[in-house]
Amino acid sequence: MDLFEYQARDLFAKHGVPVLAGEVIDTPEAAREATERLGGKSVVKAQVKVGGRGKAGGVKLAATPDEAVARATDILGMDIKGHTVHKVMIAETAPEILEEYYVSFLLDRTNRTFLSIASVEGGMEIEEVAATRPEAVAKTPIDANEGVTPEKAREIVEAAKFPAEVADQIAGILVTLWDTFIKEDALLVEVNPLAKVASGDVIALDGKVSLDENAEFRQPGHEELVDHAAANPLEAAAKAKNLNYVKLDGEVGIIGNGAGLVMSTLDVVAYAGENHGGVKPANFLDIGGGASAAVMANGLEIILGDPDVKSVFVNVFGGITACDEVANGIVQALQLLADKGEEVTKPLVVRLDGNNAELGRQILSDANHPLVQRVDTMDGAADKAAELAAAK
Amino acid sequence: MAIFLNKDSKVIVQGMTGATGMKHTKLMLADGTNIVGGVNPRKAGTSVDIDGTEIPVFGTVAEAMEKTGANVSVLFVPPAFAKAAVVEAIDAEIPLAVVITEGIAVHDSAAFYAYAVAQGNKTRIIGPNCPGLITPGQSNAGIIPGDITKPGRIGLVSKSGTLTYQMMYELRDIGFSSAVGIGGDPVIGTTHIDALAAFEADPDTDLIVMIGEIGGDAEERAADFIKANVTKPVVGYVAGFTAPEGKTMGHAGAIVSGSSGTAAAKKEALEAAGVKVGKTPTETAKLAREILAG
Repeated sequence: MDLFEYQARDLFAKHGVPVLAGEVIDTPEAAREATERLGGKSVVKAQVKVGGRGKAGGVKLAATPDEAVARATDILGMDIKGHTVHKVMIAETAPEILEEYYVSFLLDRTNRTFLSIASVEGGMEIEEVAATRPEAVAKTPIDANEGVTPEKAREIVEAAKFPAEVADQIAGILVTLWDTFIKEDALLVEVNPLAKVASGDVIALDGKVSLDENAEFRQPGHEELVDHAAANPLEAAAKAKNLNYVKLDGEVGIIGNGAGLVMSTLDVVAYAGENHGGVKPANFLDIGGGASAAVMANGLEIILGDPDVKSVFVNVFGGITACDEVANGIVQALQLLADKGEEVTKPLVVRLDGNNAELGRQILSDANHPLVQRVDTMDGAADKAAELAAAK
Repeated sequence: MAIFLNKDSKVIVQGMTGATGMKHTKLMLADGTNIVGGVNPRKAGTSVDIDGTEIPVFGTVAEAMEKTGANVSVLFVPPAFAKAAVVEAIDAEIPLAVVITEGIAVHDSAAFYAYAVAQGNKTRIIGPNCPGLITPGQSNAGIIPGDITKPGRIGLVSKSGTLTYQMMYELRDIGFSSAVGIGGDPVIGTTHIDALAAFEADPDTDLIVMIGEIGGDAEERAADFIKANVTKPVVGYVAGFTAPEGKTMGHAGAIVSGSSGTAAAKKEALEAAGVKVGKTPTETAKLAREILAG
């Protein structure tokens, strides 16, 4: 889960990384009081989970509370690379910036360890610096069990060649930033720029944090960092039912078991769609291993409730999942919707293989529902589902 | 021969006495796996009757190994306790730990992987968030259904569980030497490369099928490894061509960020290494058939 800048700022502050004062607001008028609290001037910063907002005009200085209201009016509702701005942070204006650095900790998948990245050339061009002059970016592996001790922090500072006058400060910041990384179960903590200001202090002016959703069991506070406003309503409904669902922009609803098989199903449907007017998958939905009839019914209800869906492809290979359960789930879901008086008009193509496949196929045959067709190969079923979606 | 697991493997189950552990211990026994014990400190000294087989429960992995000669542990321990359980297996120096558990925090996986390395890599970790591995007809350590296929001469390594099953099913008439599900998490113990190296050295394997998915660069690195080290034919499949950037597709590791980790890049890298890559699982199986038919 990627966080907004203000959430990252709050986590940095919680763990002792030096940051400027700031608060998040969602109406222009609130910018006035927030700016007054900061002494009458502020920086108005769009809160979007995408880079390049400065260049897009999403960060403006306000010399007075009135100006802050005007800038917040401009920025709220702005579109930045497809992200609508719903919130702005009213931040303390930075003292004169003398230098901009870059520091981060992240998971290094390739080496299955953690990595520190640090550079004296921070700021907006860091990605270009990394691409064109990799020697200006110091990468230091961090042992997951040893972490960033003061000695390790010193090693990073030396590797990145931070100037002597800020070396101690940055080493200290690295230890607190590592604390943020570990204690919050983060996959990424990044400060850019880490600024040296006129007073000589080093301050985190902007940052990114991404959190590990698998760690939610020991991070109860992370629940409130979720951006419910941004979630697609179908995704929100699926999440409420504990379904692993992602909305996509096509017409063929997809339900399968296992992340890999469902991803593969999306691909196979997209290929089949090339022969049927370019129809595409409408969603990713993994009902998981050992799914019961109830889970299947929940999933089907979400998919059938998506107005973009023209046909549905249920693709199950029963490993732990029993195909008779899946078939029962399909029959129950259709019955449930009929009982609610909701008319189901979307055709379903079902492919069942593996554990209890014969039983499952029999259940579907016996139910003899006019909208359900069985196709017993994955490629054949994908083709049929694409054809039906295109015909609608 | 097979890889990592054979009829002589003595298997213990950490988390055997939980509902999932019991269910799969029963299935593993039915597949002929030599299960010699379970581990649960709160039930040490007791035993569990599974379909007429008495399985003793030990307090620790070390004790189970000492009493039974176990050399494989399969873990069904819940995410919150998984790190401690894997560390215990590493401390006991069990040669193979198969971590089935889904949903382990990445910091925990990174910590136990680093610990295994620091202890001299005496324990091979498979997983986490994986279906385990099977050597059909000999032993099954995990949750892969044992009745999909028979013993044969294809080696399979896959990030995805259900695609493992699908591919075993597609090629069920030919059969498999071993099938290894390495898991789709960002940090895993055994990689495609480890399995490729083992299959290359395994006299019972004639052809290798490798299944990957979006995210990370494991497939690209596997492609480099194949080019330099693998003489046996390799057939590949990559899932996730239509996955959009920035969306997690179920597996914690299956996320495309920027231009890296895309299915297209992985397919290209594999093909450049001489691997035939199928567009769908069925087409991939067909490619394997064609190669085996000569």
